[in-house]
Amino acid sequence: MSDDDDLKKLARALRDAPAPKDSAKDAALRVAEENFARLQETDPAARPSQDRATRPGFLKGLAMTFSNNLRPLLLTTSSLVVLGVGFVLVQPNLRPSFEDAETQAVAVEPMLTEGRERVEADATEPVIVESLVEEPVIALKEAESFAAGQSRLQASPAAPKVQGAIAQRSIIAPRQETRPVIEPPNTERFPDADPNTLKITSEEPVSTFSIDVDTASYAFVRRSLNNGQLPNPEAVRIEEMVNYFTYDYPAPTGDTPFATQVSVTETPWNTGTQLVQIGIQGELPAIADRPPLNLVFLIDTSGSMDSSDKLPLLIQSFRLMLPELRPTDQVAIVTYAGSAGTVLEPTPASERAKITIALENLGAGGSTAGEAGLRQAYALAEDMADDGDVSRVILATDGDFNVGLSGVDEMERFIEDKRDSGTYLSVLGFGRGNLNDALMQTLAQNGNGQAAYIDTLSEARKVLVDQLSGALFPIAQDVKIQVEWNPAQIAEYRLIGYETRALNREDFNNDKVDAGEIGAGHQVTALYEITPVGSDAIRNEPLRYGEAIAATGSSELGFLRLRYKEPGAATSQLIETPITGTPGKPGFAAAIAGFAELLRGSDYLENWDYGDAIDLASQSRGTDRFGYRTEAISLMRLAESLSN
Amino acid sequence: MRPTITMRMRTSDEALALAAASGDGEAFGLLIRRHYDRLFRFAWRLTGSQHDAEDLTHDICAALPAKLRSFRGEAKFTTWVYRVMMNAATDRARKSQRRAKARDGWGEDYKRREAEAEEARAAQDWLTTAMSSLPEELRETVALTLGEELTQKEAAEVMGLSEGTIAWRMSEVKKHLRALAEQEGI
Repeated sequence: MSDDDDLKKLARALRDAPAPKDSAKDAALRVAEENFARLQETDPAARPSQDRATRPGFLKGLAMTFSNNLRPLLLTTSSLVVLGVGFVLVQPNLRPSFEDAETQAVAVEPMLTEGRERVEADATEPVIVESLVEEPVIALKEAESFAAGQSRLQASPAAPKVQGAIAQRSIIAPRQETRPVIEPPNTERFPDADPNTLKITSEEPVSTFSIDVDTASYAFVRRSLNNGQLPNPEAVRIEEMVNYFTYDYPAPTGDTPFATQVSVTETPWNTGTQLVQIGIQGELPAIADRPPLNLVFLIDTSGSMDSSDKLPLLIQSFRLMLPELRPTDQVAIVTYAGSAGTVLEPTPASERAKITIALENLGAGGSTAGEAGLRQAYALAEDMADDGDVSRVILATDGDFNVGLSGVDEMERFIEDKRDSGTYLSVLGFGRGNLNDALMQTLAQNGNGQAAYIDTLSEARKVLVDQLSGALFPIAQDVKIQVEWNPAQIAEYRLIGYETRALNREDFNNDKVDAGEIGAGHQVTALYEITPVGSDAIRNEPLRYGEAIAATGSSELGFLRLRYKEPGAATSQLIETPITGTPGKPGFAAAIAGFAELLRGSDYLENWDYGDAIDLASQSRGTDRFGYRTEAISLMRLAESLSN
Repeated sequence: MRPTITMRMRTSDEALALAAASGDGEAFGLLIRRHYDRLFRFAWRLTGSQHDAEDLTHDICAALPAKLRSFRGEAKFTTWVYRVMMNAATDRARKSQRRAKARDGWGEDYKRREAEAEEARAAQDWLTTAMSSLPEELRETVALTLGEELTQKEAAEVMGLSEGTIAWRMSEVKKHLRALAEQEGI
């Protein structure tokens, strides 16, 4: 049989597809129409006569269809014509102005917390549109034609002649219609990971995981609570919530790039167990000595980014960052939407005006070509790199990241390759309702980077400015933690969080296995809940036929091993510390871990509730210079009232 | 002056999709009714299972109202919706952690089903074996070219690849099928 016969056979078999069952079809069509109706209710913007037409990309497509006049019948769809008119009215205000960063900050923040509608202060102020761009004029002209009668339309399929005069001047419109926050069906995605279960020390004494410096989950939880909803339990990653905060760990001394501190405390929610808190503090190299930095902003400008908590916030965030850069640093901007494009060639950070202009000219529109954008950004980063530079691609997206056809696996490999050649990737998430959290995590983890979620300008400041040095300068990579618990002392243990970061025991000594990185000044905290031998909190009966545990005579609770690589090194270094000590009072990390467990609906909390979390957090709040901890307590209060 | 449904039966997919994106429920209804069967069959060609295909099409239908907002009329509606479907199939496979096993999973329920006719069963078995022998990206490619009868150019547009890549992939498919035939010959 020839090759072509094989193909024909396959084609025949594939075309012989079964018919859908009527019941399935009916159900699907019904749910589609219900969702459609719901979307219109929650989103007045979708009505044809209003500001639905504020999306430039959408209108571009529409105007194109009009001007090409592909199908005259199209114009019989009256709503389309009205849309064209709507576009003309609001076009001058499509792009927010960024004249004053502080003013903008005020404008962005309230809508994030208040809910549906944000009315601009000057919402009713009429404005006379002086001049109009070409496309809407065409649309208007068609509207005119439509009014004049369909027969004429069908008789003249050629491209319409622009009768500009019709549309010029004297169109009075409100400056900006009520701008509702669109609330489409939630398509956010989170990694599937079951909570860590209780392990029996004698059966499985070794626990291994990769560190994680991400904080995206905390910002996500905050957004959800501020919005009046308990977060999706899958969105709550305990380690990311704990790591959002900094704790009082000693700074490193000597040659190691970080210091490790292990402490044992009582468990707030269980008198029969203890918490072991492992804290890692990265050194903060003198900022003046840092190498030049090459940043490629890879910005998602797909249509879904056209929302005030997305692209405008993103532009603001990057603007905040610019003053922190040095003249020797370089910045480039790549956008991706329908197609990927370089908006700003590599430019020295000293030319701030040029960079700012490029940022402000970004507009949302088009579908998403994420993969092409990513490749282009990496190519630019490589061009920019000199010896000793640090290169990083910063991907900013609302999660509408189309990995193209090569699939996620290939994308991961691509990012891994680039990581090994010295270009790292950070991912910043914006907006809500569409965030592909799982993909963000995957990309950042493979790119040795941080995934953060930006919901407010203050969060942008925290992530990009306060922690600029940390996020951008790795001091140690492939940092892995392994704890061997002493079965003579500890009957059971449970790692709190780090589900998505679990490693196999043998991965610990395998330098080929990737793990998380620590940036300058970063802190990482991990918590274990341990049950001492003889405690009445032991959940598993000892095996009748199991071997008796030999007393080792050691009073150590366990042994901590930590592996890391110097940036760019191929072989890892080992740090070892025994875990000892008598339990002290639980601190703020325990309060946050407990809060996160409550949000996840954990089985391990006995009767401990939000009220207890608030008490513990308030007692252990400390100085709280930036108010982050106070904010967490108010989130606990919100969660408490929402859960009742 | 509002167009009647009958008039709209001849309206292009693209115009309906744009109207639906702007809130026109009637246009949306027409559009999904026009395309449900096609989408279902494409889903079947991607998954090889009636059950999975129904679920996948159901999910697409549910998500389409929101998704449509990113439709700009720059590509044909079918091109766009094929892409949406393909991404959804990939996500779904990943989400259910069956991605690694997806290769073996093509046509699962056929393996269980009692075939009515021996000949049909043989043909189906061959299809299941053939599709399972292909890596995911080749399977997607044949679903579009052989199944949906798209030209290589159209398939390239859906997949965001060059035409040359599709041609190359089709030659890879031939190689796989030839290897399969040789195996069967032994």
